[in-house]
Amino acid sequence: MMRLDGMTSKTKPRVAVYKFTGCAGCQMELLRLEDELLDIVGKLDFVYFMMVQNREELRYDICFVEGSISTPRELEEIKMIRSQTKTLIALGDCAITGCIPSIRNWFPQSEAEKMVYKDTLPLRSFKTSGIWEYVPVDLMLPGCPPHKEMILEAIKSSLMGIRPDLRMHPVCVECKLRENVCILTSLGKPCMGPVTRAGCGAICPTYGRECEGCYGPMSDANPASLASEFRKLGIGPDDLVRKFRKYAGTSKEFKEVAGI
Amino acid sequence: MSVKDEQSKKKVEVRYVARVEGQGAINVKVSSSGSTSAQFAVFEPIRLFEAFLVGRKYNEVHELTSRICGICPIAHQIAALRAVENALRIVVTPQTRALRRLLALGGWIQSHTLSLYFLTAPDYLGFDSAISMASRYEDVVKQGLRLKKLGNDLSEIVGGRAIHPISAVVGGFTKAPAKEELAEIRKRLKKEKEDIWSAVELFSGFNYPEIDRKTELVAISNDEEYAVNEGRLRSSSGIDSPEQDYRIHVQEKEVGYSNTKSSLIKGNDFMVGPLARVSLNNEKLTPDAKKAAKHLGLDLPCYDPFANIKARVVEVVYALDESIRIIDTLKLDFSEQPIQAEVGTPCEGAALTEAPRGLLYHWYKLDRSGVVQKADIVPPTAHNSTSIEASLCALAPKLIEKGQDPTLGCEMLVRAYDPCISCSVHVARVK
Repeated sequence: MMRLDGMTSKTKPRVAVYKFTGCAGCQMELLRLEDELLDIVGKLDFVYFMMVQNREELRYDICFVEGSISTPRELEEIKMIRSQTKTLIALGDCAITGCIPSIRNWFPQSEAEKMVYKDTLPLRSFKTSGIWEYVPVDLMLPGCPPHKEMILEAIKSSLMGIRPDLRMHPVCVECKLRENVCILTSLGKPCMGPVTRAGCGAICPTYGRECEGCYGPMSDANPASLASEFRKLGIGPDDLVRKFRKYAGTSKEFKEVAGI
Repeated sequence: MSVKDEQSKKKVEVRYVARVEGQGAINVKVSSSGSTSAQFAVFEPIRLFEAFLVGRKYNEVHELTSRICGICPIAHQIAALRAVENALRIVVTPQTRALRRLLALGGWIQSHTLSLYFLTAPDYLGFDSAISMASRYEDVVKQGLRLKKLGNDLSEIVGGRAIHPISAVVGGFTKAPAKEELAEIRKRLKKEKEDIWSAVELFSGFNYPEIDRKTELVAISNDEEYAVNEGRLRSSSGIDSPEQDYRIHVQEKEVGYSNTKSSLIKGNDFMVGPLARVSLNNEKLTPDAKKAAKHLGLDLPCYDPFANIKARVVEVVYALDESIRIIDTLKLDFSEQPIQAEVGTPCEGAALTEAPRGLLYHWYKLDRSGVVQKADIVPPTAHNSTSIEASLCALAPKLIEKGQDPTLGCEMLVRAYDPCISCSVHVARVK
């Protein structure tokens, strides 16, 4: 998955952080590595990171891309970035599934625009989607936002030239490790944990509430089965659609249940 | 226009302003006749939150609108929660109010220190970033990192997660923070408070550009406390209205060159943010925050947008004091559950809060099932966008006259507002 050539050279790896259509929360999570940041900038050369510095260089060993693609300019730019980058990392849900703003993909675009802007002519937006729909991506870090430990794992493994240890299992595994009471089977709340990828540390169930699915689908998720469990709990068809049409409604795993 | 006139025009163009959140550009034109025009153009793509919120349930509005902004998600969450609660006539408990205030103060500390140490300080210490600054000013950078982490950790303890918290819901919190964690963070708040005077000293010593231009300062105020999450809409020109009357005072217009709408009061620009708050609510600050303001030479009332930087320092001092006070007076009832909402009749509700960078407005109309019919969200940077342009017009000719680099000066001005550009896009009223 990772392309590691160049990583073992003596010069510092050249790193870029780009933001497309999104909220900057993923960059903020990267900057939340406060204890490690000084070490990280000692090991990596950030040659493009507009939120932190005014430096715009090309040729990247690692490029983190936050946000989804939703304008012609972004589409051109992501192609350019791909051509300049050895290891392209999709940082967070927007860059993978379009995340929350992808809810609008279920409406006709012009309808949505007209609801917000009187003059829609200057707008140049199309449906919002993950960067992998346009260019090959080497690594995807899910989450809204992806936990900083996961970002650190990606950085460390890039430096060592090894494959990062990312969790493909569901949130349920983390819940068991934290010895939480099951929100779904014991409390009867519609928890997205069984189909959602781990990585957050099962924070929502730990705080006594159902998982909302902000890390997107786990591997081999079975949303149809979970949806039938939700129906048994009395969740109506509209609420069911809303549950799956949120962070990853347009993903191949969820779109069937989200599209009813 | 003749060729000569064209040549005598001076331009400031910044294609992509660095060290701010999001994607914005500056275009200023100064003509030889002295007239200046300025555009603060947001090329951040639209996300149409107000459109896709329609059809969503009342209990997920705060979760969705949190994603408007990764720097001030807490302000958006609390504004959305309060607007929905106002619509559904839910009055939260004092415990919920206190915890929300603590959550928001954590957000202020992290956002303000990010702005001060990592976006602002490099300009005044002569570096292009905090990364390059670290070699010479390691202690300063480390203090900034510690404070930022402290703010994040405070939000995480209360909200379950620092960026896009999860435990604040309609009617309350799903779980109260653990006593041990609060005791631990209190120690750190105390420690950073002791060390904060070096920051006050540092930011007192910078040579700030000045803009002498009166404007209207706008913030929320309340009688009980320095307003953070709730209060009446107030301004230096005499506005004093309940939050639901916001739309009587603030109008918006679309401008073709930017994806952000411009906000106006009676056709004029106005300023929101730390300086507006400190100016309007000065008497509610703690003694040490007042002391910091004095040391920083912050003469109130003040209308100079660069003074937002000093006001930000004052508010960090305040937020440390106030967080400690809240923790000391909290009597947590761990059995407290969120108040359940009752839907059944169509309703609407508005709320104003103070995001770190200024006044934030949320308004929702719900149907009888509690499903959103209309939404209206106006973030701080939309409030400030006209003010930023007016200030650019005031600053650029002055810098050119003095023979200084107008480009850097204009960028520093934009950074003084600490704009949050992702937030500002999709500011719009649903027709």
